[in-house]
Amino acid sequence: MGKAYELRLYVAGKTSKSVAALENLKKLCEEHLKGKYSIEVIDLLEKPQLAEGDQIFAIPTLVKKVPEPVRKIIGDLSNEEKVLVGLDIRTKINN
Amino acid sequence: MAKSKNQLEARSTGTIPKTLTGISGLDEITLGGLPAGRPTLVCGEAGSGKTLFSIEFIVKGALDYGEPGVFMAFEEKAEELKANVASLGFDLEQLEKDKKIRLDYVHIDRSEIEETGEYDLEGLFIRLGYAIDSIGAKRVALDTIENLFAGLNNTAVLRAEIRRLFQFLKSKGVTAVITGERGGNGLTRQGLEEYVSDCVILLDHRIINQISTRRLRVVKYRGSVHGTNEYPFLIDDEGISVLPVTSLQLNHEVSTKSLPSGIAALDKMLGNSGFYKGSSILVSGTAGTGKTSIAATFANAACLRGEKCLFFAFEESPKQIIRNMRSIGIDLQKHLKEGSLEFYASRPTLYGLEMHLVAIHKAIKKSKPSVVILDPITNLITIGSVSDVKTMLVRLIDFLQAEQITVMFTALTLNNIVNEQTDEGVSSLVDAWLLIRDIESNGERNRGLYIMKSRGMKHSNQIREFVITDKGLDLVDVYLTEDGVLTGSAREARMLMEQTGEVIHAQAVSRKDRELERKRKILESKIESLRSEYESAEEELNKVYVEEALKKQIMGETINKIADLRRGDDGGEEKNVHKNK
Repeated sequence: MGKAYELRLYVAGKTSKSVAALENLKKLCEEHLKGKYSIEVIDLLEKPQLAEGDQIFAIPTLVKKVPEPVRKIIGDLSNEEKVLVGLDIRTKINN
Repeated sequence: MAKSKNQLEARSTGTIPKTLTGISGLDEITLGGLPAGRPTLVCGEAGSGKTLFSIEFIVKGALDYGEPGVFMAFEEKAEELKANVASLGFDLEQLEKDKKIRLDYVHIDRSEIEETGEYDLEGLFIRLGYAIDSIGAKRVALDTIENLFAGLNNTAVLRAEIRRLFQFLKSKGVTAVITGERGGNGLTRQGLEEYVSDCVILLDHRIINQISTRRLRVVKYRGSVHGTNEYPFLIDDEGISVLPVTSLQLNHEVSTKSLPSGIAALDKMLGNSGFYKGSSILVSGTAGTGKTSIAATFANAACLRGEKCLFFAFEESPKQIIRNMRSIGIDLQKHLKEGSLEFYASRPTLYGLEMHLVAIHKAIKKSKPSVVILDPITNLITIGSVSDVKTMLVRLIDFLQAEQITVMFTALTLNNIVNEQTDEGVSSLVDAWLLIRDIESNGERNRGLYIMKSRGMKHSNQIREFVITDKGLDLVDVYLTEDGVLTGSAREARMLMEQTGEVIHAQAVSRKDRELERKRKILESKIESLRSEYESAEEELNKVYVEEALKKQIMGETINKIADLRRGDDGGEEKNVHKNK
């Protein structure tokens, strides 16, 4: 658990889903990854060219670039359990 | 064809605006292309050519109509796609560099995606919108959007989003092609046809008798008239070609110009001119009667006139034909080299009838010949029923007549009911029909040629013997005798016999002449001898006279002398002598 988490959250403007996702993510990271994460929020309305690089098609999408493997979690991140599994946190805790 | 295209364009105005796809034949079926600024659904089974259809729509738009396009792939990676279509001569790399097209591969991997809570596909919209705006695209292809359903669980969201996507595409004003996999109860697995209401095209790939035929059908096209039939199409190294088979009408131009057949004697039988330009000629006969030779002679004649000829060989390879024709003094190799002759050889079983028709169309449109040979059409029976072949040939003849191309078919007739039917079926379509028949007699087989019909021409009703020599083909008058018609060696024998007869006759005549001469000579000599006899008789007679005269004279003289001696009176005695004479 020594590795830092690099997280990117893709949103499109300040929609309710985007806002909710960012709030959920922040809360979750504070709980489980305190001090070991960085969150970059990318608004595709401002930088649409970035959508192709990370293969974004759904909004909001959370991309975990580091640590490997790359995972994507789409949706407003309201289901904490699923997000933790998606970020490979839950399995590690279980270990 | 150009004329009909204009008609189509004229008709399409007044209805909804359309975008030409550039896919050969499709624009004629849809009377002007796909609905402009609206999405069109192209559905079909795996391997039916959906991806090719959509990529061709994009590439042709960029190349031929100056409309940049976005291709969004959900199935194949950009690299794979580039490699796949490179074989069609589409250089996507270059087009992308020139900002004429844009490829975007949407990768959806279920294993690395987790869904939590609500989401939408705004990301896809942004991506698509960005791609469209970056090159000013007028065309969009999505291949195949249904893959989203495989990658994501929330179908309710997906359905709502796809509906929104189509609205989005319409608002962007792009003409879009969306592909969908066939399956389930509807046209597509996910019922995409519910969302796309403007135009739906179905691609089909059917196997009949182990031969596959691709077909295309416009299922619906709102606000426009369109061809409703299933149209066969072909995928080859130039992409998709669709054949609009029923758009042809019986109003093509006709020509009174005629083309020599290459056999002088045959031209004579055809009213001294040959076949009409743009007509169709059927040459039928049993095996080995020289059908291909007649066709090759016709082709050769066309090439020698400097016209272009396209030879469709369904039985022999081009090399085989060239070799075989050399044996009758026809050098096809020369024409091949000069480019006036082109061969198009394919096994009939290569693909279905319709595909053959499409392929023939394509080849003809490409090389624009004035003479086309199909040798033989009989082999097409192996891949279709009699009526199939007939309809195919009707379309082909229609097309060729519209293009003013003269066509010669050869057909094999067997003592087989099916083939006889075909023969008749086809023969009602053609303008001229040459029949070569075996005439079997005296232990040999000879060829008799006759013209069954030749529309609009005063043609001979005679059967001619058809001979193949080292120097080409010829027709000889059959020998009519009291025993009937003689051909082949019987004819030769008869001719020989008559020649001998003539010699004998001539000899007999000369012998009689000589005899007569001899008789004349004999008689003449007889006359001579008689004459000399007469002369001698005359001489004899004359001798008597002379002697008598002499005697009288001498006697007179003697009397006078005696009288003189008696009287010594000269004057009186002389008068007496005179009187005695």
